[in-house]
Amino acid sequence: MSVPLTLLGLLEREPSHGYDLKRDYDTFFGRAKPLPFGQVYATLARLSRDGKVAPGEVEPGDGPDRKRYAITEVGKQEFETWLSEPVEPEPHLQTVLFSKVVLALMLGRSAQQYLDTQRAAHLQRMRELTDLKRGESMIDVLLADHGLFHLEADLRWIDMTAARLPLLAEVVTS
Amino acid sequence: MNVSPATVDVRSTSYLIEARDVAYNFGETPALRGANLSISEGEILAVMGPSGSGKSTLLHCLAGILAPKRGEIWFSGERVDTLNENERSKLRRDAFGFVFQFGQLVPELTAEENVALPLLLGGLRRSDALERARRWFDRLGISDLERRRSGELSGGQQQRVALARGLVAHPKVLFADEPTGSLDSLTGELVMELLVTAARQDGTTVVLVTHEPRVAAYANREVVVRDGLVSSLVPQPLT
Repeated sequence: MSVPLTLLGLLEREPSHGYDLKRDYDTFFGRAKPLPFGQVYATLARLSRDGKVAPGEVEPGDGPDRKRYAITEVGKQEFETWLSEPVEPEPHLQTVLFSKVVLALMLGRSAQQYLDTQRAAHLQRMRELTDLKRGESMIDVLLADHGLFHLEADLRWIDMTAARLPLLAEVVTS
Repeated sequence: MNVSPATVDVRSTSYLIEARDVAYNFGETPALRGANLSISEGEILAVMGPSGSGKSTLLHCLAGILAPKRGEIWFSGERVDTLNENERSKLRRDAFGFVFQFGQLVPELTAEENVALPLLLGGLRRSDALERARRWFDRLGISDLERRRSGELSGGQQQRVALARGLVAHPKVLFADEPTGSLDSLTGELVMELLVTAARQDGTTVVLVTHEPRVAAYANREVVVRDGLVSSLVPQPLT
Protein backbone atom coordinates (compact mmCIF):
# COMPACT_ATOMS: atom_id res chain seq x y z
CA MET A 1 0.00 0.00 0.00
CA SER A 2 1.58 3.28 -1.09
CA VAL A 3 0.71 6.09 1.33
CA PRO A 4 2.21 8.90 -0.80
CA LEU A 5 0.34 7.85 -3.94
CA THR A 6 -2.90 7.38 -2.04
CA LEU A 7 -2.57 10.87 -0.54
CA LEU A 8 -1.90 12.24 -4.01
CA GLY A 9 -5.07 10.53 -5.20
CA LEU A 10 -7.08 12.02 -2.36
CA LEU A 11 -5.64 15.45 -3.11
CA GLU A 12 -6.66 15.19 -6.73
CA ARG A 13 -10.29 15.53 -5.63
CA GLU A 14 -9.63 18.92 -4.04
CA PRO A 15 -6.99 20.74 -1.97
CA SER A 16 -7.17 19.47 1.60
CA HIS A 17 -5.79 19.89 5.09
CA GLY A 18 -3.70 17.13 6.62
CA TYR A 19 -6.52 16.34 9.00
CA ASP A 20 -8.98 15.75 6.15
CA LEU A 21 -6.49 13.53 4.38
CA LYS A 22 -5.97 11.40 7.50
CA ARG A 23 -9.72 11.10 8.04
CA ASP A 24 -10.39 9.96 4.46
CA TYR A 25 -7.36 7.67 4.42
CA ASP A 26 -8.48 5.96 7.63
CA THR A 27 -12.06 5.67 6.35
CA PHE A 28 -11.20 4.00 3.07
CA PHE A 29 -7.71 2.53 3.31
CA GLY A 30 -6.60 2.37 6.93
CA ARG A 31 -9.35 0.54 8.76
CA ALA A 32 -6.98 -2.01 10.26
CA LYS A 33 -4.09 0.44 10.57
CA PRO A 34 -4.94 4.14 10.84
CA LEU A 35 -2.38 6.58 9.51
CA PRO A 36 -0.52 8.46 12.28
CA PHE A 37 -0.72 12.25 12.00
CA GLY A 38 3.06 12.39 12.01
CA GLN A 39 3.24 10.23 8.92
CA VAL A 40 0.66 12.38 7.13
CA TYR A 41 2.68 15.56 7.62
CA ALA A 42 6.03 13.87 6.97
CA THR A 43 4.63 12.47 3.71
CA LEU A 44 3.17 15.84 2.70
CA ALA A 45 6.55 17.49 3.44
CA ARG A 46 8.33 14.98 1.19
CA LEU A 47 5.75 15.36 -1.56
CA SER A 48 6.10 19.14 -1.27
CA ARG A 49 9.91 18.93 -1.42
CA ASP A 50 9.59 16.81 -4.60
CA GLY A 51 7.20 19.29 -6.20
CA LYS A 52 4.22 16.91 -6.23
CA VAL A 53 2.06 18.97 -3.87
CA ALA A 54 2.06 22.67 -3.05
CA PRO A 55 1.18 24.02 0.42
CA GLY A 56 -1.16 27.01 0.45
CA GLU A 57 -0.86 30.11 2.60
CA VAL A 58 -1.11 29.67 6.36
CA GLU A 59 -4.75 30.24 7.18
CA PRO A 60 -5.80 32.29 10.20
CA GLY A 61 -7.00 30.39 13.25
CA ASP A 62 -5.85 28.08 15.99
CA GLY A 63 -4.17 24.69 15.83
CA PRO A 64 -1.30 23.32 13.78
CA ASP A 65 -3.33 22.29 10.74
CA ARG A 66 -3.70 25.60 8.95
CA LYS A 67 -2.26 24.80 5.53
CA ARG A 68 -4.25 23.42 2.65
CA TYR A 69 -2.25 21.24 0.25
CA ALA A 70 -2.94 21.06 -3.51
CA ILE A 71 -1.63 18.53 -6.01
CA THR A 72 0.71 19.91 -8.71
CA GLU A 73 0.94 18.89 -12.37
CA VAL A 74 3.95 16.71 -11.51
CA GLY A 75 1.95 15.01 -8.76
CA LYS A 76 -1.04 14.52 -11.03
CA GLN A 77 1.13 12.91 -13.68
CA GLU A 78 2.74 10.53 -11.19
CA PHE A 79 -0.63 9.52 -9.77
CA GLU A 80 -2.16 9.11 -13.24
CA THR A 81 0.67 6.81 -14.31
CA TRP A 82 0.42 4.72 -11.15
CA LEU A 83 -3.36 4.41 -11.41
CA SER A 84 -3.42 3.26 -15.00
CA GLU A 85 -0.68 0.62 -14.83
CA PRO A 86 -1.07 -2.94 -13.58
CA VAL A 87 1.08 -3.97 -10.66
CA GLU A 88 3.31 -7.03 -10.64
CA PRO A 89 0.99 -9.96 -10.01
CA GLU A 90 1.95 -11.61 -6.76
CA PRO A 91 0.14 -13.07 -3.79
CA HIS A 92 -1.26 -10.69 -1.18
CA LEU A 93 -1.55 -7.61 -3.34
CA GLN A 94 -5.24 -7.27 -2.73
CA THR A 95 -4.77 -4.05 -0.77
CA VAL A 96 -3.15 -2.38 -3.79
CA LEU A 97 -5.83 -3.70 -6.15
CA PHE A 98 -8.47 -2.49 -3.73
CA SER A 99 -6.93 0.97 -3.40
CA LYS A 100 -6.74 1.42 -7.15
CA VAL A 101 -10.36 0.41 -7.62
CA VAL A 102 -11.62 2.71 -4.86
CA LEU A 103 -9.54 5.67 -6.03
CA ALA A 104 -10.59 5.18 -9.65
CA LEU A 105 -14.27 5.21 -8.63
CA MET A 106 -13.76 8.13 -6.26
CA LEU A 107 -12.24 10.19 -9.06
CA GLY A 108 -14.71 9.17 -11.74
CA ARG A 109 -12.18 7.10 -13.70
CA SER A 110 -12.87 3.75 -15.27
CA ALA A 111 -12.36 1.14 -12.57
CA GLN A 112 -13.58 -1.45 -15.09
CA GLN A 113 -10.74 -0.57 -17.42
CA TYR A 114 -8.23 -0.90 -14.60
CA LEU A 115 -9.65 -4.29 -13.59
CA ASP A 116 -9.44 -5.49 -17.21
CA THR A 117 -5.81 -4.34 -17.39
CA GLN A 118 -5.02 -6.13 -14.16
CA ARG A 119 -6.84 -9.25 -15.34
CA ALA A 120 -4.69 -9.31 -18.49
CA ALA A 121 -1.52 -8.97 -16.39
CA HIS A 122 -2.62 -11.81 -14.12
CA LEU A 123 -3.48 -14.09 -17.03
CA GLN A 124 -0.18 -13.32 -18.71
CA ARG A 125 1.64 -14.40 -15.54
CA MET A 126 -0.56 -17.50 -15.31
CA ARG A 127 0.41 -18.41 -18.88
CA GLU A 128 4.09 -18.12 -17.95
CA LEU A 129 3.59 -20.34 -14.90
CA THR A 130 1.59 -22.86 -16.98
CA ASP A 131 4.50 -23.04 -19.45
CA LEU A 132 6.90 -23.51 -16.54
CA LYS A 133 4.95 -26.60 -15.50
CA ARG A 134 5.89 -28.30 -18.78
CA GLY A 135 9.48 -28.61 -17.54
CA GLU A 136 10.91 -31.71 -15.93
CA SER A 137 11.05 -30.53 -12.35
CA MET A 138 8.23 -31.45 -9.98
CA ILE A 139 9.48 -28.70 -7.65
CA ASP A 140 8.83 -26.17 -10.42
CA VAL A 141 5.40 -27.68 -10.98
CA LEU A 142 4.47 -27.36 -7.31
CA LEU A 143 5.82 -23.81 -7.04
CA ALA A 144 4.01 -22.84 -10.24
CA ASP A 145 0.79 -24.40 -8.89
CA HIS A 146 1.13 -22.32 -5.73
CA GLY A 147 1.43 -19.15 -7.77
CA LEU A 148 -1.39 -20.16 -10.12
CA PHE A 149 -3.88 -20.79 -7.33
CA HIS A 150 -3.07 -17.47 -5.65
CA LEU A 151 -3.41 -15.61 -8.93
CA GLU A 152 -6.69 -17.40 -9.55
CA ALA A 153 -7.94 -16.22 -6.17
CA ASP A 154 -7.09 -12.63 -7.16
CA LEU A 155 -8.92 -13.10 -10.44
CA ARG A 156 -12.02 -14.34 -8.65
CA TRP A 157 -11.85 -11.21 -6.52
CA ILE A 158 -11.44 -9.09 -9.69
CA ASP A 159 -14.54 -10.76 -11.20
CA MET A 160 -16.60 -10.20 -8.06
CA THR A 161 -15.46 -6.60 -7.79
CA ALA A 162 -16.24 -5.96 -11.46
CA ALA A 163 -19.77 -7.23 -10.82
CA ARG A 164 -20.10 -4.97 -7.77
CA LEU A 165 -18.63 -1.77 -9.24
CA PRO A 166 -21.91 0.16 -9.41
CA LEU A 167 -22.64 -0.49 -5.72
CA LEU A 168 -19.07 0.26 -4.69
CA ALA A 169 -19.18 3.51 -6.68
CA GLU A 170 -22.23 4.61 -4.69
CA VAL A 171 -20.41 3.94 -1.41
CA VAL A 172 -17.17 5.77 -2.21
CA THR A 173 -18.74 8.80 -3.88
CA SER A 174 -21.54 9.39 -1.37
CA MET B 1 -8.07 -1.31 -61.64
CA ASN B 2 -10.83 -0.13 -59.38
CA VAL B 3 -11.88 -2.58 -56.76
CA SER B 4 -15.05 -1.99 -54.87
CA PRO B 5 -14.75 -2.33 -51.10
CA ALA B 6 -17.89 -4.41 -51.27
CA THR B 7 -16.15 -7.14 -53.27
CA VAL B 8 -12.84 -7.30 -51.42
CA ASP B 9 -12.77 -7.30 -47.66
CA VAL B 10 -9.28 -7.59 -46.24
CA ARG B 11 -10.58 -8.74 -42.88
CA SER B 12 -12.29 -11.76 -44.37
CA THR B 13 -8.94 -13.11 -45.54
CA SER B 14 -6.77 -12.12 -42.57
CA TYR B 15 -8.34 -14.35 -39.96
CA LEU B 16 -9.60 -17.89 -39.90
CA ILE B 17 -12.77 -17.00 -37.99
CA GLU B 18 -14.51 -13.67 -37.50
CA ALA B 19 -17.65 -12.46 -35.82
CA ARG B 20 -18.81 -9.02 -36.92
CA ASP B 21 -21.44 -7.17 -34.96
CA VAL B 22 -23.15 -10.44 -34.05
CA ALA B 23 -26.44 -10.29 -32.16
CA TYR B 24 -28.51 -13.19 -30.88
CA ASN B 25 -31.43 -13.33 -28.49
CA PHE B 26 -33.41 -16.07 -26.80
CA GLY B 27 -36.97 -14.78 -27.04
CA GLU B 28 -36.92 -11.30 -25.54
CA THR B 29 -33.59 -11.88 -23.78
CA PRO B 30 -30.50 -10.63 -25.66
CA ALA B 31 -27.50 -12.98 -25.36
CA LEU B 32 -25.20 -11.22 -27.83
CA ARG B 33 -25.56 -7.50 -28.61
CA GLY B 34 -23.05 -6.77 -31.38
CA ALA B 35 -20.08 -9.04 -30.63
CA ASN B 36 -16.88 -8.65 -32.65
CA LEU B 37 -14.07 -11.19 -32.58
CA SER B 38 -11.22 -12.24 -34.87
CA ILE B 39 -9.28 -15.49 -34.48
CA SER B 40 -6.08 -16.32 -36.37
CA GLU B 41 -5.28 -19.74 -37.76
CA GLY B 42 -3.51 -21.94 -35.21
CA GLU B 43 -4.45 -19.68 -32.33
CA ILE B 44 -5.73 -21.04 -29.03
CA LEU B 45 -8.22 -18.48 -27.78
CA ALA B 46 -9.90 -18.51 -24.37
CA VAL B 47 -13.36 -16.94 -24.19
CA MET B 48 -14.09 -15.98 -20.59
CA GLY B 49 -16.91 -14.20 -18.84
CA PRO B 50 -19.48 -14.56 -16.09
CA SER B 51 -22.39 -17.00 -16.30
CA GLY B 52 -25.03 -15.76 -18.71
CA SER B 53 -22.66 -13.28 -20.37
CA GLY B 54 -23.15 -14.87 -23.80
CA LYS B 55 -19.86 -16.76 -24.18
CA SER B 56 -21.43 -20.13 -25.05
CA THR B 57 -23.86 -18.42 -27.42
CA LEU B 58 -20.90 -16.78 -29.13
CA LEU B 59 -19.21 -20.18 -29.51
CA HIS B 60 -22.42 -21.66 -30.96
CA CYS B 61 -22.67 -18.80 -33.47
CA LEU B 62 -18.99 -19.11 -34.48
CA ALA B 63 -19.44 -22.87 -34.92
CA GLY B 64 -22.56 -22.54 -37.08
CA ILE B 65 -24.77 -24.23 -34.49
CA LEU B 66 -26.83 -21.05 -34.11
CA ALA B 67 -27.52 -18.55 -36.88
CA PRO B 68 -27.14 -14.98 -35.56
CA LYS B 69 -30.14 -12.64 -35.76
CA ARG B 70 -27.82 -9.85 -36.94
CA GLY B 71 -24.22 -9.57 -38.05
CA GLU B 72 -21.85 -11.85 -39.90
CA ILE B 73 -19.82 -14.96 -39.16
CA TRP B 74 -16.85 -15.66 -41.43
CA PHE B 75 -14.83 -18.86 -41.62
CA SER B 76 -11.83 -19.22 -43.90
CA GLY B 77 -12.92 -16.26 -46.02
CA GLU B 78 -16.54 -17.35 -46.46
CA ARG B 79 -19.78 -16.34 -44.80
CA VAL B 80 -21.21 -18.94 -42.42
CA ASP B 81 -24.30 -17.11 -41.21
CA THR B 82 -25.89 -17.09 -44.66
CA LEU B 83 -25.60 -20.88 -45.12
CA ASN B 84 -28.71 -22.99 -44.70
CA GLU B 85 -28.99 -25.64 -41.99
CA ASN B 86 -27.74 -28.47 -44.24
CA GLU B 87 -24.72 -26.46 -45.37
CA ARG B 88 -23.87 -25.48 -41.81
CA SER B 89 -24.24 -29.10 -40.73
CA LYS B 90 -21.78 -30.15 -43.44
CA LEU B 91 -19.34 -27.41 -42.42
CA ARG B 92 -19.49 -28.54 -38.78
CA ARG B 93 -18.84 -32.15 -39.79
CA ASP B 94 -16.01 -31.36 -42.23
CA ALA B 95 -14.15 -28.52 -40.56
CA PHE B 96 -15.02 -28.37 -36.87
CA GLY B 97 -14.58 -30.58 -33.82
CA PHE B 98 -16.39 -30.21 -30.52
CA VAL B 99 -15.79 -30.97 -26.86
CA PHE B 100 -18.40 -30.11 -24.26
CA GLN B 101 -18.66 -30.38 -20.49
CA PHE B 102 -21.15 -33.23 -20.11
CA GLY B 103 -22.94 -36.08 -21.81
CA GLN B 104 -21.19 -36.17 -25.11
CA LEU B 105 -20.57 -39.88 -25.57
CA VAL B 106 -23.21 -42.18 -27.02
CA PRO B 107 -23.74 -44.68 -24.18
CA GLU B 108 -24.62 -47.61 -26.46
CA LEU B 109 -21.31 -47.37 -28.35
CA THR B 110 -17.84 -48.41 -27.20
CA ALA B 111 -15.21 -45.74 -26.64
CA GLU B 112 -13.55 -46.48 -30.01
CA GLU B 113 -16.89 -46.36 -31.82
CA ASN B 114 -17.58 -43.00 -30.19
CA VAL B 115 -14.24 -41.67 -31.40
CA ALA B 116 -14.81 -43.08 -34.89
CA LEU B 117 -18.26 -41.49 -35.16
CA PRO B 118 -17.25 -38.27 -37.02
CA LEU B 119 -15.30 -40.37 -39.54
CA LEU B 120 -18.23 -42.73 -40.08
CA LEU B 121 -20.58 -39.77 -40.55
CA GLY B 122 -18.07 -38.42 -43.07
CA GLY B 123 -18.41 -41.62 -45.10
CA LEU B 124 -15.22 -43.48 -44.13
CA ARG B 125 -15.38 -47.29 -44.07
CA ARG B 126 -15.96 -48.71 -40.58
CA SER B 127 -12.66 -50.62 -40.41
CA ASP B 128 -10.66 -47.58 -41.52
CA ALA B 129 -12.53 -45.30 -39.14
CA LEU B 130 -11.90 -47.61 -36.19
CA GLU B 131 -8.23 -47.96 -37.07
CA ARG B 132 -7.79 -44.19 -37.14
CA ALA B 133 -9.77 -43.87 -33.92
CA ARG B 134 -7.51 -46.35 -32.12
CA ARG B 135 -4.40 -44.24 -32.85
CA TRP B 136 -5.87 -41.55 -30.64
CA PHE B 137 -6.15 -43.88 -27.67
CA ASP B 138 -2.37 -44.27 -27.65
CA ARG B 139 -1.85 -40.58 -28.19
CA LEU B 140 -4.06 -39.61 -25.25
CA GLY B 141 -2.81 -42.33 -22.90
CA ILE B 142 -6.04 -44.37 -22.77
CA SER B 143 -5.04 -47.31 -24.93
CA ASP B 144 -6.68 -49.92 -22.69
CA LEU B 145 -10.13 -48.34 -22.88
CA GLU B 146 -11.12 -48.84 -26.54
CA ARG B 147 -13.83 -51.41 -25.89
CA ARG B 148 -15.32 -49.82 -22.77
CA ARG B 149 -18.68 -48.10 -22.87
CA SER B 150 -19.04 -44.60 -21.44
CA GLY B 151 -20.70 -45.87 -18.25
CA GLU B 152 -17.52 -47.81 -17.48
CA LEU B 153 -15.26 -44.77 -17.78
CA SER B 154 -14.33 -42.14 -15.18
CA GLY B 155 -15.09 -38.48 -15.88
CA GLY B 156 -11.50 -37.80 -16.92
CA GLN B 157 -11.43 -40.86 -19.20
CA GLN B 158 -14.72 -39.82 -20.80
CA GLN B 159 -13.32 -36.34 -21.48
CA ARG B 160 -10.22 -37.82 -23.13
CA VAL B 161 -12.43 -40.01 -25.33
CA ALA B 162 -14.52 -36.94 -26.17
CA LEU B 163 -11.33 -35.02 -26.98
CA ALA B 164 -10.19 -37.84 -29.27
CA ARG B 165 -13.56 -37.70 -31.02
CA GLY B 166 -13.29 -33.92 -31.38
CA LEU B 167 -9.87 -34.18 -33.02
CA VAL B 168 -10.02 -37.48 -34.95
CA ALA B 169 -11.16 -35.93 -38.24
CA HIS B 170 -8.36 -33.31 -38.08
CA PRO B 171 -10.72 -30.34 -37.84
CA LYS B 172 -9.54 -26.85 -38.70
CA VAL B 173 -11.14 -25.62 -35.48
CA LEU B 174 -11.84 -27.32 -32.18
CA PHE B 175 -14.63 -25.69 -30.19
CA ALA B 176 -14.37 -26.60 -26.51
CA ASP B 177 -17.07 -25.41 -24.09
CA GLU B 178 -15.97 -25.81 -20.45
CA PRO B 179 -14.11 -29.03 -21.31
CA THR B 180 -12.80 -29.45 -17.76
CA GLY B 181 -15.85 -28.08 -15.97
CA SER B 182 -16.84 -31.41 -14.45
CA LEU B 183 -13.30 -32.58 -13.58
CA ASP B 184 -11.09 -32.15 -10.52
CA SER B 185 -8.07 -29.84 -10.83
CA LEU B 186 -5.49 -32.52 -11.57
CA THR B 187 -7.61 -34.39 -14.15
CA GLY B 188 -8.63 -31.10 -15.73
CA GLU B 189 -4.98 -30.16 -16.07
CA LEU B 190 -4.23 -33.48 -17.78
CA VAL B 191 -7.08 -33.02 -20.25
CA MET B 192 -6.01 -29.44 -21.02
CA GLU B 193 -2.39 -30.47 -21.51
CA LEU B 194 -3.48 -33.20 -23.94
CA LEU B 195 -5.84 -30.83 -25.76
CA VAL B 196 -3.26 -28.08 -26.18
CA THR B 197 -0.44 -30.45 -27.14
CA ALA B 198 -2.55 -32.21 -29.78
CA ALA B 199 -3.87 -28.92 -31.16
CA ARG B 200 -0.37 -27.45 -31.45
CA GLN B 201 1.02 -30.57 -33.10
CA ASP B 202 -1.78 -30.60 -35.67
CA GLY B 203 -2.03 -26.81 -36.12
CA THR B 204 -5.67 -26.88 -34.97
CA THR B 205 -7.24 -23.58 -34.01
CA VAL B 206 -9.00 -23.82 -30.63
CA VAL B 207 -11.86 -21.71 -29.30
CA LEU B 208 -12.03 -22.51 -25.60
CA VAL B 209 -14.95 -21.25 -23.51
CA THR B 210 -14.13 -21.33 -19.82
CA HIS B 211 -14.77 -19.44 -16.61
CA GLU B 212 -11.64 -20.95 -15.01
CA PRO B 213 -8.51 -18.77 -15.19
CA ARG B 214 -6.21 -21.79 -14.84
CA VAL B 215 -7.81 -23.31 -17.96
CA ALA B 216 -7.65 -19.99 -19.83
CA ALA B 217 -3.92 -19.86 -19.04
CA TYR B 218 -3.37 -22.65 -21.57
CA ALA B 219 -4.52 -20.32 -24.36
CA ASN B 220 -2.39 -17.85 -26.33
CA ARG B 221 -4.89 -15.06 -25.75
CA GLU B 222 -8.13 -14.41 -23.94
CA VAL B 223 -11.19 -12.28 -24.48
CA VAL B 224 -13.97 -11.53 -22.02
CA VAL B 225 -17.64 -11.60 -22.99
CA ARG B 226 -19.61 -9.18 -20.88
CA ASP B 227 -23.26 -8.30 -21.42
CA GLY B 228 -23.18 -9.79 -24.90
CA LEU B 229 -20.12 -7.84 -26.07
CA VAL B 230 -16.49 -8.94 -26.45
CA SER B 231 -13.61 -7.14 -24.70
CA SER B 232 -10.04 -7.95 -25.63
CA LEU B 233 -7.51 -7.98 -22.82
CA VAL B 234 -4.16 -6.53 -23.79
CA PRO B 235 -1.33 -6.92 -21.28
CA GLN B 236 0.29 -3.58 -20.33
CA PRO B 237 3.82 -3.00 -19.02
CA LEU B 238 4.02 -3.72 -15.30
CA THR B 239 4.95 -1.13 -12.71
